[in-house]
Amino acid sequence: MTSTSTVMTTGDPGHSVAEHNPTAGLAHDSRGGISNPILGMILFICSEIMFFSGLFAAYFSVRASAVQWPPIVKGGTDQASIDAAAALTEHFNLHAEPWFGAILTVILVISSVTCQLGIWAIRRDDRTGFIRAFGVTLVLGIVFLIGQAYDYSTLGFGISDTPFGTTFYTLTGFHGAHVFGGAIMLSVVLYRGLAGQFSSKHHDAVEATSLYWHFVDVVWIALFSTLYIL
Amino acid sequence: MATTTLTPAASAYRSGLYEWLTTTDHKKIGILYIVNSFLFFFLAGLMALGIRTELAQPGLQLFQGNELLYNQLFTMHGSVMIFLFIIPMLAGFGNYVVPLQIGAPDMAFPRINALSFWMLPLGGILLLLGFVTGGAAQAGWTSYSPLAQDRPLSSTGPGQDLWIMGLVLIGTASILGSVNFLATIFKMRAPGMTMFRMPILTWTVLVTSVLVLMATPVFTSALIMLFIDRNYGGHFFDPSTGGNAILWQNVFWFYSHPAVYVMVLPAMGMISEILPVFSRKPLFGYKAFVFATAGIGALGFSVWAHHMFTTGSVYLPFFSLMTFFIAVPTGVKMFNWIFTLFRGQLTFSTPLLFALGFLSMFLIGGINGAFSAAVPVDFALHDTYWVVSHLHYVLFGGSVFGVMAGLYYWFPKMTGRMLGEGLGKVQFVLMFIGFNLTFFPMHQLGLSGMPRRIADYASDAGWNDLNLAATIGGFTIAASTIPLLWNVFISLRAGKIAGDDPWEANTLEWATTSPPPPYNFDRLPEIRSERPLFDLRHGRSANH
Repeated sequence: MTSTSTVMTTGDPGHSVAEHNPTAGLAHDSRGGISNPILGMILFICSEIMFFSGLFAAYFSVRASAVQWPPIVKGGTDQASIDAAAALTEHFNLHAEPWFGAILTVILVISSVTCQLGIWAIRRDDRTGFIRAFGVTLVLGIVFLIGQAYDYSTLGFGISDTPFGTTFYTLTGFHGAHVFGGAIMLSVVLYRGLAGQFSSKHHDAVEATSLYWHFVDVVWIALFSTLYIL
Repeated sequence: MATTTLTPAASAYRSGLYEWLTTTDHKKIGILYIVNSFLFFFLAGLMALGIRTELAQPGLQLFQGNELLYNQLFTMHGSVMIFLFIIPMLAGFGNYVVPLQIGAPDMAFPRINALSFWMLPLGGILLLLGFVTGGAAQAGWTSYSPLAQDRPLSSTGPGQDLWIMGLVLIGTASILGSVNFLATIFKMRAPGMTMFRMPILTWTVLVTSVLVLMATPVFTSALIMLFIDRNYGGHFFDPSTGGNAILWQNVFWFYSHPAVYVMVLPAMGMISEILPVFSRKPLFGYKAFVFATAGIGALGFSVWAHHMFTTGSVYLPFFSLMTFFIAVPTGVKMFNWIFTLFRGQLTFSTPLLFALGFLSMFLIGGINGAFSAAVPVDFALHDTYWVVSHLHYVLFGGSVFGVMAGLYYWFPKMTGRMLGEGLGKVQFVLMFIGFNLTFFPMHQLGLSGMPRRIADYASDAGWNDLNLAATIGGFTIAASTIPLLWNVFISLRAGKIAGDDPWEANTLEWATTSPPPPYNFDRLPEIRSERPLFDLRHGRSANH
């Protein structure tokens, strides 16, 4: 640091103020390390991890205080409500057929791979490869969202149906919202990429977006493991 | 404004109001934070006066026939003071001072900085909108379930939902602000400004930002769960349908206990700048102070359940022990401050007076807090006025006195003019007396069993005199803001010109003009210690 300080400021102590160094206040980004946008994104992801930690903590807390998980719903006295309860109990058993969730997982993991391929492409200045890879990533993200909406329509239970429904829709819903946010970021990056704004030297936004996308992917893997398998 | 001139500097000039509304300059945003926070301070202070007026005598007077408004007032008093005054006020000082202290031209993300500020008044309006839409939130600032649930005899109506939305917005502002502070401190330091040469305020803002970054999102998730419970038939916090009411307390305090350090660490940083300057000595044990700050930050995440001792569902020995542990780094800081003052050449200017106010009042707040850390004692004191006394000694005696010290200290830098010393001392004396008259009797009220959040009490409970004293004290505090406002008003017009460095201070913000130009510095002194300006004045460098 001492060597840097002698380079960047002026002269010996006691006289430095008298001299003028217009770059002194502006020379901060030149010291290596990760750039501000990427650091900002990493910090933001830290806070997002804590957000999902809160939701997961709630899930495990509610689950731990339940007698049976997935819950067995008890109906009333009449046959209709007993049937409805049995159907709900049946629907809660996601573990029996986690296949659709598994397909969604595969889609999102592949999108993470294509996202990384795009990063490697732009790092070696391959703009076409980058745009192609990010385009595929965006499409896969949208496919995931459509798939999740379809999944919701077939589940047969709602957010107010026992803590199982509440936690399921809160956790997957907020993940879906994050995928949606990621898709918007991918669209912006893609648009800027098509406008030729990125190169191997200048693509912080691309790196930051890919970090976010990987994070969203990891959250889904944790969600899938917890909600559909565990 | 002149638009005919051809110089490029003039073409960038914008009208005053437009400039303030659209600025991305960290100094202007910092001042916006401070002004905005003071507005909410006066508002929440008025609410407190309503509470104190009601409690002056047994029986219902002010809220006769409108008892729910009393609940709304103490809920909003707490919420506004915490989320819209103390936290943003300290963020405002951080915003103004930190980039200057580390020799940076601005924050790392100036536009995000403006965004996080402007979310605050918006969130505040949402919070207060409850008053005109059928009643503001009334479940207390802690909003425990089932009090905060949407059901008869709890919190029906939109007030609680507006409270949730407002706090989500304010929390997001906090998170973005903390990302900004961390990126600024890690990446924007001037050449030579190593981590262990950073001013203490910058260090405390760093640790505070880590706390905000890691704790606030958990609170956001809790708020969202409450929102789902209230509006979409969720079952997170409702035990009768399989939810868990203690869960709210856990996620709430997982944020709200670290938030206590968010509210006090920067104030500690501020008085750690002020005490050395007015003692003409370096801060005693700079590194110990830094490690103590980091220690408080780390331990701060392991003590939240001491708010929940009486729930019977937390592991008491662990949380009690950790709470005692966190008093250790705090005690280290006490010694840092006391030995900084020891044999110093003290100048009793207003900033030092308020800093000493912080020191002594925070000491009381720390000690009465340590009592409550003992589980058996806490079982007796839980939810009594003892707790009200403790938290006000920490947050008013600590944070607010720190904020006042900081205001008198940095006002010359922000405006170029000194605040008047005479009025400052009047304000200090009034505030100090009023504060102790309000909150010291509450210790005894708590010990004799007066519960929090009541509007009425029996006249033979023995609480009459102390409550009356507290009310008189409350109005004395209110009176102490008059010399402050008058002081700011006349000093802005005709205060003494400050010059660059009126206090002969140590840190970089005093190396530039008062107020500093856009982008802060056109040159920087060489940074060879944590006191670059001291080195500059005395033509030598310290051995750090």
